[in-house]
Amino acid sequence: MAKNKRIDAPTGTSTVGHEWDGIEELDTPLPRWWLLTFYVCILISVVYVFLFPAIPLANSATRGFLGWSSHGQFEAEMAAAAARRAPVAKALADIPIESLPANPQLMAAAIEGGRAAFKVHCVQCHGSGAAGSKGYPNLNDDDWLWGGDIASIQTTLIHGIRNPEHDETRASAMPAFGEILQPAEINSLVAYVQTISGQAKPNAASARGAALFAANCVVCHGPQGAGIRELGSPKLTDGIWLYGGDAATLRRTITYSRAGVMPRWNNRLDPVTIKMLAAYVYSLGGGEVAPQVAATVAAPATPAAPGGAPAAAPADAATVAPNVQP
Amino acid sequence: MSSLSDLTSPNSPLYQKRKGVYPKAVDGFFRRLKWVIMAVTLTIYYVTPWLRWDRGPYAPSQAVLVDLAHRRFYMFSIEIWPHEFYYVAGMLVMAGIGLFLVTSAVGRAWCGYACPQTVWTDLFQHVERWIDGDRNAQIRLANAPWTAAKTTRRAAKYSIWLLIAISTGGAWIFYFADAPTLLRDFLTGNAPSVAYATVGVLTATTFVFGGFMREQVCIYMCPWPRIQTAMLDEKSLIVTYKDWRGEPRTQGLKKAAATEASFDDKLGDCIDCNQCVSVCPTGIDIREGPQIGCITCALCIDACDKVMDQIGRPRGLIDYATLEDAVIEKAGGTAPPVLKTLLRPRTIIYFTIWASIGAAMLFTLGQRTRLDISAQHDRNPAFVQLSDGEVRNNYTVKIRNMETRPRVVTLAISGLPGAVAWAETGSRATATTTMRVPVPADSVTKVRLFVAAPGAGPQRSPLTISAKFDASGAEAGRSEADSVVANFERAKPVEEGEE
Repeated sequence: MAKNKRIDAPTGTSTVGHEWDGIEELDTPLPRWWLLTFYVCILISVVYVFLFPAIPLANSATRGFLGWSSHGQFEAEMAAAAARRAPVAKALADIPIESLPANPQLMAAAIEGGRAAFKVHCVQCHGSGAAGSKGYPNLNDDDWLWGGDIASIQTTLIHGIRNPEHDETRASAMPAFGEILQPAEINSLVAYVQTISGQAKPNAASARGAALFAANCVVCHGPQGAGIRELGSPKLTDGIWLYGGDAATLRRTITYSRAGVMPRWNNRLDPVTIKMLAAYVYSLGGGEVAPQVAATVAAPATPAAPGGAPAAAPADAATVAPNVQP
Repeated sequence: MSSLSDLTSPNSPLYQKRKGVYPKAVDGFFRRLKWVIMAVTLTIYYVTPWLRWDRGPYAPSQAVLVDLAHRRFYMFSIEIWPHEFYYVAGMLVMAGIGLFLVTSAVGRAWCGYACPQTVWTDLFQHVERWIDGDRNAQIRLANAPWTAAKTTRRAAKYSIWLLIAISTGGAWIFYFADAPTLLRDFLTGNAPSVAYATVGVLTATTFVFGGFMREQVCIYMCPWPRIQTAMLDEKSLIVTYKDWRGEPRTQGLKKAAATEASFDDKLGDCIDCNQCVSVCPTGIDIREGPQIGCITCALCIDACDKVMDQIGRPRGLIDYATLEDAVIEKAGGTAPPVLKTLLRPRTIIYFTIWASIGAAMLFTLGQRTRLDISAQHDRNPAFVQLSDGEVRNNYTVKIRNMETRPRVVTLAISGLPGAVAWAETGSRATATTTMRVPVPADSVTKVRLFVAAPGAGPQRSPLTISAKFDASGAEAGRSEADSVVANFERAKPVEEGEE
């Protein structure tokens, strides 16, 4: 097509020789500065090749005189971020956990840090919204097995629940009543538990169950079935069940017992992260005011003492059945 | 490409050296108009950031401020938040339609008078004339060897250009931060590095574009001329050489007189004095007809009028005219008055649209409620079963206080029987349906709202969340945000008889 090149009369410029339906294109020369700009770009690219990693080799690439690498930049940025966070981390490390909720700014920082840590370490059992599932408590609600104040939550996080080979772990065990009671007796207990939790009307079976409950269960669950936090025994009179409140699940729970386990975190996470996780769980809506500050202060040392925390996923076996999640 | 010579042929070089343009000084109506416009636009540019506007203790006192760091745009009494960016979009739409309007009426008037490239190039050219002399002296100097005198002149010229460039780039940054503070920080070396970088880049572009690139920017770099060229029609005013009056040209008056005497033929008014070419800042010859290089600065009109006066011929050999006028005048008729050309359906429609958008924006600006809420329902979990059988839903409520004073806003829930709400600082024991939330001046406050309601009910019901401010006394005022209807969710109702 180039053979159709001609000089365009009005402009005196040559055409490129293409023609479509009578439309031609002028071959207007490029301004020289444009060409120079192009050469400068080429020059810059050459300099770039020497300064930065550029030419691929068998196992790596040329390093460049500046020594830059994306890994190095990443690490530098992470270090810078850590340095930026350092004052907050320091403040969090210094503040007693009970005082944290009263410090809104630090609390907000802790909640955000906890939210991030939760997404890494906790979602596997408790779910990304902390709503739990069968056997794994919902951390949003107001029902706590081991205590819902922030210090108790932290204790649970530090020591875990029924965590093997850890002396300070929160621990309790519900007997498997299948070896102690007859199946009919267990059925009566189920009827009674369904009665006190408002799921069924009292009847003959539940009356028999009341006697059995008094004989076998009140030690841990209390005379009214309200649960005892020091033991992590669930409240049987509310609408929240860890494993399920229906007759079949209750029967299974009483017969075979339950013993959920939550790992301890003090051997995996630093204290500040644990504190931030406690703040996050506390902030989900069910956090409780510390019952007695004095008692909770002592708590970390003696796990059994303070109210237990919920953060735990364990199904606390202690007893019969508690919590179903909504 | 059929052969190598296509690439190397001297007839079609791959690149072209810039031809020097040394516009001659000229005086006349349009030159004076350009002076005025240059003075006004430069004054607006340099002075605006220094205007003050009292907004009270909680907002900056700079009249025009694009506060990128805090995401606020202040323009006198107007404050724009990021979510109100549609006002900026509206201004851009107005600028676009304004371009249609101006171009359809008076052609490339923007290019010729108001474009920063034109204004600063003009300024640089005046400096050039002041140092180097007018056109001829400039050409001589450009061709002269590099003597000490030339070097001195060049150094002087570049220094003044650089000063203008620095102050141009320097003025820009004041639109983005408090001008007096920034100036102090800038001079003491404490300004943010982005300020220095911005000044550096803008200094470089001003210096290069105004001093060296000049018309190359208009012809090769700028998309605006191409767009405007496409929008011109036969009724747009453009700078026109009236060839039917000027042609055939003659060389000089005496020659014209002689020629006229010897031939009966009528000769044109153009004496080919080349003044129109000499004064042209883009170096074109307007007598070749309308072309992309013409920015319609009208300096050739001034130059030609002056010559016509000197040789005693009527002015307006080169003049603003439409293509339609040209056809009429060529046929011997009289072109309609300019006003009639300007006021035609196309321009009136553009103006009506442009003005309507402006009026609509002004109206909505006056109607704005400076209080706003939004509510986001927690989706994971969507609801929480509480131990006493009630159900809790969580919401993240954001309250925007867009006034420049702190306010205590009443946040309320309604529309859901038995529902009570509390925030992070409260508890279910103290929950009610309203709460008072202090919101700092000109900021957003986030409230985690917990709402508990009886467990029995539909799976999804509406919950109205509203915010209002009503105060008397020193902090008097009243505004009510558009309330938000959020979902309140419960478990799927259990089939009857399950209990």
